[in-house]
Parts: sequence; C-alpha cells; structure tokens
Amino acid sequence: MTRKGRTLVPLLLLAGLLVAIQVTVSALDRDVLLDPLVRTAYFSIVVMGLCLVMGHAGQISLGHGAFVAVGGYTSAVLTTTPIPIAHEAGAGAAMKKMGLLLVRQDLYGDSLVTVSPAAAFVLALLLTAAIALLIGWPALRLKGHYLAMATLGFGLIVYRLVLGTEFTGAADGIAGVPPWSLGFGLVVSYSREVRVANYYVAWGLALLILLGLLNVVRSRVGRALQSIHGGELAANTMGINTAGFKLQAFVLSAVLAAGAGSLLTHYNGYIGPSKAGAMESIRYVALVAAGGMGNLWGVLVMSTILNFLSFRGYFGTLDHAVFGGLLIAIVSLAPQGPLQPVAAGIRSLFGYGSHNKREDRKDHVPA
Amino acid sequence: MFLLEVDSIRRCFGGLVALDEVSFPVQEGQIKGVIGPNGAGKTTLFHIVSGVLPPDEGEVRLHGRSITGMKPYRIAQLGVSRTFQSLSLFLNMSVIENVMVGRHCRTRQGWVSSALRLPMQQLEERAIRQAALEQLERMGLSGVAHAPVGSLSFGQRRMVELARALVTEPRLLLLDEPASGLNTRETDELAERIRKIRESGVTILLVEHDMSLVMEVCEEIVVLDFGKPIAEGSPAAIRSDPNVIAVYLGGEFDGAAS
Repeated sequence: MTRKGRTLVPLLLLAGLLVAIQVTVSALDRDVLLDPLVRTAYFSIVVMGLCLVMGHAGQISLGHGAFVAVGGYTSAVLTTTPIPIAHEAGAGAAMKKMGLLLVRQDLYGDSLVTVSPAAAFVLALLLTAAIALLIGWPALRLKGHYLAMATLGFGLIVYRLVLGTEFTGAADGIAGVPPWSLGFGLVVSYSREVRVANYYVAWGLALLILLGLLNVVRSRVGRALQSIHGGELAANTMGINTAGFKLQAFVLSAVLAAGAGSLLTHYNGYIGPSKAGAMESIRYVALVAAGGMGNLWGVLVMSTILNFLSFRGYFGTLDHAVFGGLLIAIVSLAPQGPLQPVAAGIRSLFGYGSHNKREDRKDHVPA
Repeated sequence: MFLLEVDSIRRCFGGLVALDEVSFPVQEGQIKGVIGPNGAGKTTLFHIVSGVLPPDEGEVRLHGRSITGMKPYRIAQLGVSRTFQSLSLFLNMSVIENVMVGRHCRTRQGWVSSALRLPMQQLEERAIRQAALEQLERMGLSGVAHAPVGSLSFGQRRMVELARALVTEPRLLLLDEPASGLNTRETDELAERIRKIRESGVTILLVEHDMSLVMEVCEEIVVLDFGKPIAEGSPAAIRSDPNVIAVYLGGEFDGAAS
C-alpha cells in the first residue's frame, strides 16, 4: 500500500465509524450520547497537539490545561462583555458588517453588542501564541525539563488568576457564552437541535487536524522534531535549528489547545476555573502517555475512549485518580502505550505484516 | 586561502586548560589528522570547530570567514559536518530516517507545506529519500534501510553516522575517532572509504587514536599534548619527530606504523 493509502484508508475507516455511531445513536433516539463525544473530539485536539510536543519533540508541557483556559476564557470574556458602541451606523456598523461584532438581545430585551465569536477566536489564538512564545522562548533554548517547569508555573498562575479575577467570573466562571454560528447553518452550541451537526463539526475538525499532524510527523519537520527527541546535540550539528523547531512545535500545540478551548466554550456556553486546573494539564499528559507518546492514532483512540467514559461518569469521584493511576501504570508497565500489541495484531490482520520493524521502535511513529 | 583556519584557540574547563594557543590550517582537499594522548584536547577541538562549545579565546575561520561562536546548526549549513566519538544516532528513528535528517540543512519545506502535502513538498521529500538511499547504498547498508538503528551492529552504526554526515554535502568533514570500536577489517574498509570521500571533493579533519589509520590516510598531522600543539607535518616527519616520540608515541609507535 502506498504511503498516502496508509494514511487515508484508516482515516476513512474512522470517518465511516463515526458516521455509523451517529446513525445508530440517532436511530435509537439516544442523541444524548453524542454530547460527550463532541466534547471528546475537542479534547482530542488538545491531546493530539500535546502529542506533537511530547511524543515527537520530546518536550513536556504541564500547562496545556492553561492554554485551553486562555482560549476558552478569551472567547468567553470577549463575547459576553458589552461594548458601548452603536451598531446601527458608523464604525460600529462597518465592524458588524465585517463580522467583528455580534449583536443579540440580552435577558431584558435590550440589544447587546459584543465581539463576535470568530473575532474572539482569532484573538484567543493570537494571545495564546504570544504567551506560548513568551514561555517557550527562554525555556526551550535550554536542554532539559525547563519547559515542564515553566509551563507548570504558568498553569498554576492562570488557575489562580481566573479564580480570583472579577471579570473572569472568579469561582463561578462565565456563563451565557453565545453560540458560534459558522455559516451554512452550522452552529457551535449545546442545544439539542444542532447536536448532530456539532458532532460532525467537532469530529471533522479533529480528523482534519489528525491528518495535518500525521503529514507533518512524516515530513522533514517531523524528522527534525524526532531527531531532537533522539539527540538534541546531534540534531543541532546536523543543521537543525533545535531551539526554533521546539518552539514552533510548542506554539502550534498551545494554539491548538486554545482553539479547542474556545470552541468547547461556545459549545458548552460556559467556562469555569476547573478547566485551568493543574489536574486538567496532567490529564492531557496522561492521555498522551496512554496513546503511546508519539502515536497520534493511539492518542486519539485512547483520548476518545477514556474521555467518553469520564464524561459519562463511569469513573465517578475517582475521575482524576483514574488518570493519575493510568499515568503510573503506563510508564511502569507499557511505556509504548497499551495499544501497541493491539495495533500490531490489527496490522497483521490487514496484511501490513510483522516484518515491519517499526513496531519495535520506542516512541515510534506509525506509518 | 585555507578551507579551515584554527587560530590561537584557547579553552578552559574550570582550572583545566583543555586547549592552549592551538593554531593550524586545513587545506582544501586535504586529509588532516589530529592525534594526541587521552585528554590532549582533541574532542574539545572538534566541539569548538563544530560550534558545540565556544572557545574562550581565538578564532575559527571557514574560507576566511569567522564562524567562532556560531550555533552548530549554522556551521552545519555552511558545510561543516561531523561524526561523534561515542555514536550519536537517533535511536527513535529508522536507519534511513537518520540519514534523511542529514538532508535537513539542504532542504526547506516547512510546517504548512508538510501538513498539506503540497506538490513541492512531495517532490522534495522524494529527493530527500533518494539522496539518503544512495548514500546508504554507497555504505552497503541499503538492505537495512528500514530497520531501527538500534538493531544494527556497532560497525554498521558508525557507517550510518558517516552516511548521515555525508548526505549534508559537507565541504569539511570532521571525523571524531571513526575507527574506535571497529575491528581490523572494518578499519581497513574505513580507510578506503575516507580516501573515496576525499576524492569526491570533501576535505577531512580526523581525530584518531588508531595510529595505523592516521598514518595510512592522513597527509598532514597535528600532534596535541595537554592542549598544546607540539608538532605538525607529514606522517613521515611526525614519525621521526623527537618531541612526539618523547611525549606520546614512545617505542610503541614504530611497531604500529610498520
């Protein structure tokens, strides 16, 4: 099978499976099951981005929860804070026409003008990129675990900030975040009528990002990242700007997290400080480990399964403990991820054969 | 003009002077050797030329242009490639991927074109794979191209590292003890290979412990002792230099050279 086929066939199979799930669930009138799957898709985007940084470039970020929160809170604040501007005429009208403003009715029937979700989304990504650059630039010029420390500190700061700040709603968070109308009748919103559409928006985006990342990890850029993981000094003497590539991967992954956070906030209509908690960040790290570190497919599958179970409440009050325990179990028992033997079995079923030694590689990138 | 000029390099680690006033030129197309007993500063010298360590004093010039204090990746882009004494392959990657990394500094496709698999990127990717494969073929390693690098023998790994260095199309190749860990037959093959690499137009600077290899392939030799150059000249001149015999070679050397 060609390289292209090896990417596209499993992707199409997954897309088919996702459609089958939706059709089955809708036929059984159990649309409620789609809700955790939508949220899972958004979290998977965060985890896939982190997979690029951890599994490929070999850098640990303990602040991805905070990046999700930065994205979510930026969107929430901007789309709920009224702007004192007339939207009927002048500059206000022009901005409205450009899609920068959102006009809606508040609870009392007055017109409420805020930044539009699309504009807020772009600002959220830009803000996150700036923050990630600021954290990553000094930390990633050094070798070692400085990024882990810097991002851990950043995560704790963001958590305290959103918890203690008036305009982020303190402990209550921000509710009433408006739905995001994407056009073509697609609306990012929790409401039941658009749940199926939301399912496809979220998973479509997740699969697109998966495809893009799969392409990247099998390219010159991906090899540069993996070589940094394999030996930073050697990579540098081979002509790779190691600090630059680490920083680019980190910023991209932070931006993916923020984008997912923003979409999730519009979907839920709400964001609270727990999204910024350190446990959230550790949960993302655990999911990357569970998927086999550098294995984007494994990461997507494990993230989907575990998040789905978690959102359905199967782990009960032990939720965080499950992810912590999982991290310990994976690291000590199956550092390549529990899916490795399963994947090998499936591959041999489909005739990729076990002569493909790639499966034996540590932190390998599946072809 | 010389290809490489090492000019009055000094480097200390704490109180230890690893290199002291080391100067020598390397001519284009030459195979030059650096020898010296353990701790003479040979590897430190390589680290400084390849940009891994900055010198405390002095200058390194490539084609007359100072590369002192440049980051290793910039120096690699300028055409200086190196191997490591203790191998430094990427164990998380396959043999061919290791070599493909070497093409990095001669290629340019980035994040966006890779994510979208643009035609330009596909073309370049094929060229990278082709160049790596050709280099592996030359090393007799095309049969193990897709094996994980960890499954190879030590001698094979050395050749993979050499292939990775060569695929960068260097003007100057730095070989840090390339024969260490190789058996006699492999060392002979290496000598032959080094000559072939030179014939293809690459200048070589070689640090080596294996006297027979140095005497066989090098046209000029610099001898370091406690960070100081004590002799420089042709293998024949070095062989008979009383200073060299006194501090380093002693009686053992005659036997090794014969």
